[in-house]
Amino acid sequence: MALIQIAEPGESTTAHQHKLAVGIGLGTTNSLVATVRSGVVNTLPNTDGQHLLASVVHYGENHIHVGSDALQYSVSDPLNTIVSVKRFMGRGIDEMATEGAHYSYEFINTDSAVPRIKTRAGNLSAIEISAQILKALKVRAVDTLGDEISGAVITVPAYFDDAQRQATKDAARLAGINVLRLLNEPTAAAVAYGLDTGKEGVIAVFDLGGGTFDVSILRLNKGVFEVLATGGDSSLGGDDFDYEIAKWIVSQAANSNADSPAIKRYLMQQARNAKEALAEQAAVEIKIDIEEFQWTGTLDRDTLKTLLTPLVKKTLLSCRRALRDAEVDKKDINEVVMVGGSTRTLLVREMVSDFFERELLTSIDPDKVVATGAALQADVLVGNKPDDEMLLLDVIPLSLGIETMGGLVEKVIHRNTAIPIAKAQDFTTYKDGQTAMAVHVLQGERELVSDSRSLARFELRGFPAQVAGAARIRVTFQVDADGLLIVSACEENSGVEASIDVKPSYGLSDTEIERMLRESMDHAEDDMHSRSLREQQVDADRVIEALDSALAADGEQLLSAQEKTEIMQARQGLLDVKTDSDKEKIERAIKQLETTCDTYVARRMNSNIKTAMQGHSIEEYATDKQSAAEET
Amino acid sequence: MAITLTEPAADRVKTFLANRGKGVGLRLGVKTMGCSGMAYVLEFVDDVNPEDEVFEDAGVKVIVDPKSLVYLDGTELDYTKEGLNEGFKFNNPKEKAACGCGESFTV
Repeated sequence: MALIQIAEPGESTTAHQHKLAVGIGLGTTNSLVATVRSGVVNTLPNTDGQHLLASVVHYGENHIHVGSDALQYSVSDPLNTIVSVKRFMGRGIDEMATEGAHYSYEFINTDSAVPRIKTRAGNLSAIEISAQILKALKVRAVDTLGDEISGAVITVPAYFDDAQRQATKDAARLAGINVLRLLNEPTAAAVAYGLDTGKEGVIAVFDLGGGTFDVSILRLNKGVFEVLATGGDSSLGGDDFDYEIAKWIVSQAANSNADSPAIKRYLMQQARNAKEALAEQAAVEIKIDIEEFQWTGTLDRDTLKTLLTPLVKKTLLSCRRALRDAEVDKKDINEVVMVGGSTRTLLVREMVSDFFERELLTSIDPDKVVATGAALQADVLVGNKPDDEMLLLDVIPLSLGIETMGGLVEKVIHRNTAIPIAKAQDFTTYKDGQTAMAVHVLQGERELVSDSRSLARFELRGFPAQVAGAARIRVTFQVDADGLLIVSACEENSGVEASIDVKPSYGLSDTEIERMLRESMDHAEDDMHSRSLREQQVDADRVIEALDSALAADGEQLLSAQEKTEIMQARQGLLDVKTDSDKEKIERAIKQLETTCDTYVARRMNSNIKTAMQGHSIEEYATDKQSAAEET
Repeated sequence: MAITLTEPAADRVKTFLANRGKGVGLRLGVKTMGCSGMAYVLEFVDDVNPEDEVFEDAGVKVIVDPKSLVYLDGTELDYTKEGLNEGFKFNNPKEKAACGCGESFTV
């Protein structure tokens, strides 16, 4: 007999049709799975009653261990024990090496743009390692619920870019999990606190986990969550606290034997234990006893404060920036939600509370709050709560656009636009007889392609040859609810289409996003100048292009040798200055050429009309005109 | 005619109702569906219909519609753990056979 859960009135599902959905909080340090049963949401424990699964994978001789089983190998077999794999998701080799500087893994570059980590089980990508964690959570959910799960909501930091989101989805697919959607962690936290049914207003979510820090400013408006702004640092968290403490231990012990991976890992573990103990007591004794490293000392709260204050200050700077981005004042914040294990550190709570000048929401276990919200959302998405639709809006962190002539970026979707969204813009051809167009998709705030980040390229081919400017090419940008981008182009006269799913080869770090944003401000004026200069240059090319094709067609018939020389001189004059950085000069040269060509243009016009009217009488045109008038 | 709850089942139902913050009791019922004829229904109750039978056992109001009662009379509702899984179980003396997956049954 299957075990039954209580349903809401009138919502009993048909046998074999009830859908099990879970929420997964895939964290840097710990992961969790939660589900809604009998109207109550709970995180699911393993057989030992532990809810948190350490996000650690150990590749042993015969077995793959996940969780605390894997963690115990972190000291004895550090190279085959992968911790904090989330930091490497969707990252390129350079970023991985920077991110992994604290760790001892060997990173391997590959042809496929997905770097790998060398382990006993082969060279593995972050996606494959992450899939092991997800698989362990899936097994736990299936064992607990007694049936296959039909879908999961997986949370990601708000700052995850397309590549990192895609990597997370890929990992879920490898683990055999159907992803209902990816949900931003802060949004999930707000849902867990039931703020979605509370009064409207602005909510700040402060999420300091093991490896990432996110601050999000959400606005609840008519039951809809809108992310006003996100900020943070995807490389700041409890791990960094531990690292600071470990550094302190090494400096106190004045021991130079701390370089081996095993000792490093051991010190990080000891540092972490000390940090956790200090949440309860005022001082803690640390005993280091490994290989050639012996030391005993005491760490008290004041010393901890000195060590960690610079890190916590960094989080507050991000908070200030997010508030500014959201254009809200501290006074306008209704609630501050605390998420992530590191918010248990008293210093963090004190400083955040002082910053926002209010009490913080801390009643739900900060480790479980994200998975709880994800489970609630999964329950809605799988259709168990049809009447209670919860719509969550996110924003894109950087503008998206395409390259136009002259290496300029035409933005199609601007940053901080709420997603999902689809936007279309019409473009046209540049040359006569052009039958193909390259679409270059770019991300960033700058005006020039060379200053933006290239996401993808594709070509729209095989539309009919037309005069320059006659083709109508509609480029559509579509960003789905998970922040993944699809770009399609269609030549509207012929219906020729092409599209691409944008899966960038690797992602951007927060610092890069910040840098790109900052540069766009710093260079605003330069960018304006370079844009108008490029526009003049493109215009010059266009004029010469048009002149050349006209000359080839009827230059001989319509122009005397004298006239032709004059035109060619003016043409040369423009050619000489067209790469100049003085936009006025180019403008003048274009004017000059156009004036010189005036007579020629007039003659061409006449000759064209003559050709068109040849063999027809004026009366025919008169009747045509008349019938056209009657039709309208 | 009676429907009973075991001690663990009654405790669970009370907790769930308290967490939910509203509701007068628990509805037990059957639906004709599933691969073996019938499936059990277990729902919170906000409104009692006039034709419903209401039992009270171990401090919990159990509400059953008369059509379902024919199939459910004598049932004991239990709450058990099977490995990691836990949930409610219908111990129904009238149940003759269940389908392989145990989600539906015949009387």
